[in-house]
Amino acid sequence: MEFRFTEEQEMIRDTAQAFLAEVSTSEAVRAAMATESGYDLDLWQRICDQMYWQAIHIPEQYGGMGLGYVELVAMLEQMGRYLLCSPFYATVCLAANSLLLAADEAQKTDYLAQIVAGSTGTLAYTGMSGRWDAAAVEATCEPSGDGYLINGSYRFVPDGHTADILVVAARLPGSEGEQGISLFVLPAETAGISRQWLPTMDQTRKQAQLVCDQVHVPSSALMGEAGNAWPQLSKIIDLAAVAIAADQVGGAQQSLDITLAYLQERVQFGRVIASYQAVKHKAADMMLKAEAGRSAIYYAACVADEVLTGGPMAAELPEAASIAKAYCSDAYFFNAGCGIQLHGGVGFTAEYDIQLYFKRAKSTETFLGNAAYHRERLARQLLDGEVAA
Amino acid sequence: MKLSFSAADEQFREEIAGWLRDNLCGEFEEIRFRGGPGDEHMYVEERKAWEARMHRGGWTCIGWPREYGGRAASIEQQVIFNEEYARAGGPGRMGHIGETLTGPTLIAFGSQEQKQRYLPGILRGEELWCQGYSEPNAGSDLANVKTRARFDEDSQQWQISGQKVWTSLAHESQYCFVLARTDPDSVGHKGLGFFLVAMDQPGVEVRPIEQLTGTSEFNEVFFDEAVCSAQDIVGLPGEGWKVAMGLLGFERGVSTLGQQMLFQNEFDEIIRVARENGAAQDPAIRQRIADAHVGLRIMRFNSMRMLSGGGDDGSLQKEAMIYKLYWATWHRNLGKLAMDILGAESEILDAGPYELNRLQSMYLFTRSDTIYGGTNQIQRNIIAERALGMPREPRG
Ligand SMILES: Cc1cc2nc3c(=O)[nH]c(=O)nc-3n(C[C@H](O)[C@H](O)[C@H](O)COP(=O)(O)OP(=O)(O)OC[C@H]3O[C@@H](n4cnc5c(N)ncnc54)[C@H](O)[C@@H]3O)c2cc1C
Repeated sequence: MEFRFTEEQEMIRDTAQAFLAEVSTSEAVRAAMATESGYDLDLWQRICDQMYWQAIHIPEQYGGMGLGYVELVAMLEQMGRYLLCSPFYATVCLAANSLLLAADEAQKTDYLAQIVAGSTGTLAYTGMSGRWDAAAVEATCEPSGDGYLINGSYRFVPDGHTADILVVAARLPGSEGEQGISLFVLPAETAGISRQWLPTMDQTRKQAQLVCDQVHVPSSALMGEAGNAWPQLSKIIDLAAVAIAADQVGGAQQSLDITLAYLQERVQFGRVIASYQAVKHKAADMMLKAEAGRSAIYYAACVADEVLTGGPMAAELPEAASIAKAYCSDAYFFNAGCGIQLHGGVGFTAEYDIQLYFKRAKSTETFLGNAAYHRERLARQLLDGEVAA
Repeated sequence: MKLSFSAADEQFREEIAGWLRDNLCGEFEEIRFRGGPGDEHMYVEERKAWEARMHRGGWTCIGWPREYGGRAASIEQQVIFNEEYARAGGPGRMGHIGETLTGPTLIAFGSQEQKQRYLPGILRGEELWCQGYSEPNAGSDLANVKTRARFDEDSQQWQISGQKVWTSLAHESQYCFVLARTDPDSVGHKGLGFFLVAMDQPGVEVRPIEQLTGTSEFNEVFFDEAVCSAQDIVGLPGEGWKVAMGLLGFERGVSTLGQQMLFQNEFDEIIRVARENGAAQDPAIRQRIADAHVGLRIMRFNSMRMLSGGGDDGSLQKEAMIYKLYWATWHRNLGKLAMDILGAESEILDAGPYELNRLQSMYLFTRSDTIYGGTNQIQRNIIAERALGMPREPRG
């Protein structure tokens, strides 16, 4: 048992950290988040061409670097720390994961190569209901000619307005819940798809609404078996939850670090406010949350890795993902919230960065189900099965 | 990162699990799952016999080096041992203070003579130890101990006088390690000594303290010129603080993983009750049960990180400092959850005058988890100052 980063993994993390500290500064984040696309194209190209991050866990046979989910999580943590505004998450943790788990060889060869070359992507599965489980899939698909006809709306789609490649979920008309769901991969420019940016409270992560109006796709767009995609989709969602939890841990840590820096310089009653015990104890609680969250995502990353590469721990994915998402959602919100409080009045200004973390804490908490949602998911597993004899 | 255990470790798991299956039965059946925290006063004689059985099987003190009778078990093996022991319902270890505190301290700081004299008794599970740190005026502020140790030139022995308090299991113990002042003019952590004191002597009086549980696991211990031979000071006079702190480091080691398995047993019991009495249908309770599950799983991940991440000398990294605050707070919440699930029945005892059932006893005992071994407030001070580098508390 070696539950810590290898030297190589530490190097990947440190390289990511150093790069992001340089490029994802407060000014850069604020500039990117003010745009509708939400990211700086030059920076994204640098990430793809120089750093090769988009290819990190794509197997070498598809042109990727062939590293694992642990390496990916180590990088995501740093991206959360520096509030990186980029299509990385949607492209790698939604689109590429979907392809890895659900696509056939031809689709992988085609689309993963596009992602490696710098194309962006995302996953659209949630309709208008605001749910995150199988019932979230509202759009419909029907066989039509030599392909399928997709109709319906998607909301809360990360970077949906800018992505080049879309993975979409749709269900057979009349089907319910986990039944009847299919996945498709298609170019975003396919006729009949209209995409609209949704202005968001957290401006560092962009969302869009997609409408499919009589969208015709060829049968080669179908991923896996028609009507039977829920097992794959549920894994994709769980992997995405692990990834967003890693972003949350990075944010929770940085909320603490920037608050700590402020506490050490602000003087009241003749001494730095970091010397007051009420303040110290809050900071200690924040460290506890960040560290416990880190334990949760590292474990979940090991599980996720076995989901992609095979291994006995793969079966733990739903549990590990919900543990990570539940804990890290609360931890990030706690740390960012305490961060504002401990900053005092300046914490309420637009100028200080803690507000950006506070908003990203909430948006990442909501996305893919908040802590209560994931706890209920765990409760079903713990409490509703057959009673052992 | 690699989370799996090696084939050799899995074989070790089979070995201990098999041994427990073959031995923790028959006469020992009744002490399965007994004698843990909150239940330490129960089945004392049976548990002592169990210690002897453990010793014969070679399962006491497995983490100690071979030269002292241990197995030099790796961290992984100690984890496995603790997990399997708790899984099998192994009774609360009578000898745990000696095995996990006194032993490692003597191995690290003790003289050859002390090791020869005291380690075998711990290994055999025959000689029990208690921890004489806290005093009426030295709790969180441990360096304020006033108990004196005077070297008597005539008898060439140390004479110890003063009062200790909250001394767990003092009434069952043959020995106590005592932190006492060797330099009467000293203050704070200077001028202290670390003594190995026999309990069975005229100068030592143990008075049980009744706890809010109605039971008495801890005691007041009065020393009135209690004697301690010149060989029984660990380290030099004046070095007591260093030894005492070294010992507290051992307190946070691998035994925590066995503790988690005990927590898991309690948690499973709580789930069983919730499903039986219908509380498992209540959405608010469901949230709290799931939250407890999340907390317990992460506690395990925390300790796996802690045990993989320390230095080669067994020292812990900064993040290990959250450990005590984390588990104590989690466990305290679990106690409250258990009572809320029991609902109205939580008030009704097994029998009069004050016989608590297992969950009630757990609930009451968890109120001490956030106090002993450094209170939650002290833990937060430590995290803020040592891990986060914030200014130290002003001292009087
Ligand atoms: C069940 C149990 C078993 C025990 N077993 C043993 C044993 O075997 N051997 C032994 O030596 N001791 C033992 N103890 C004693 C234990 O270590 C002390 O109770 C503990 O260290 C706290 O000291 P105190 O009780 O004097 O409380 P105090 O130190 O008086 O604390 C009272 C309150 O003040 C707070 N406080 C104190 N100082 C600060 C500060 N600087 N900043 C913020 N808050 C502060 C504390 O957090 C606490 O809430 C045991 C205690 C219990 C409850």
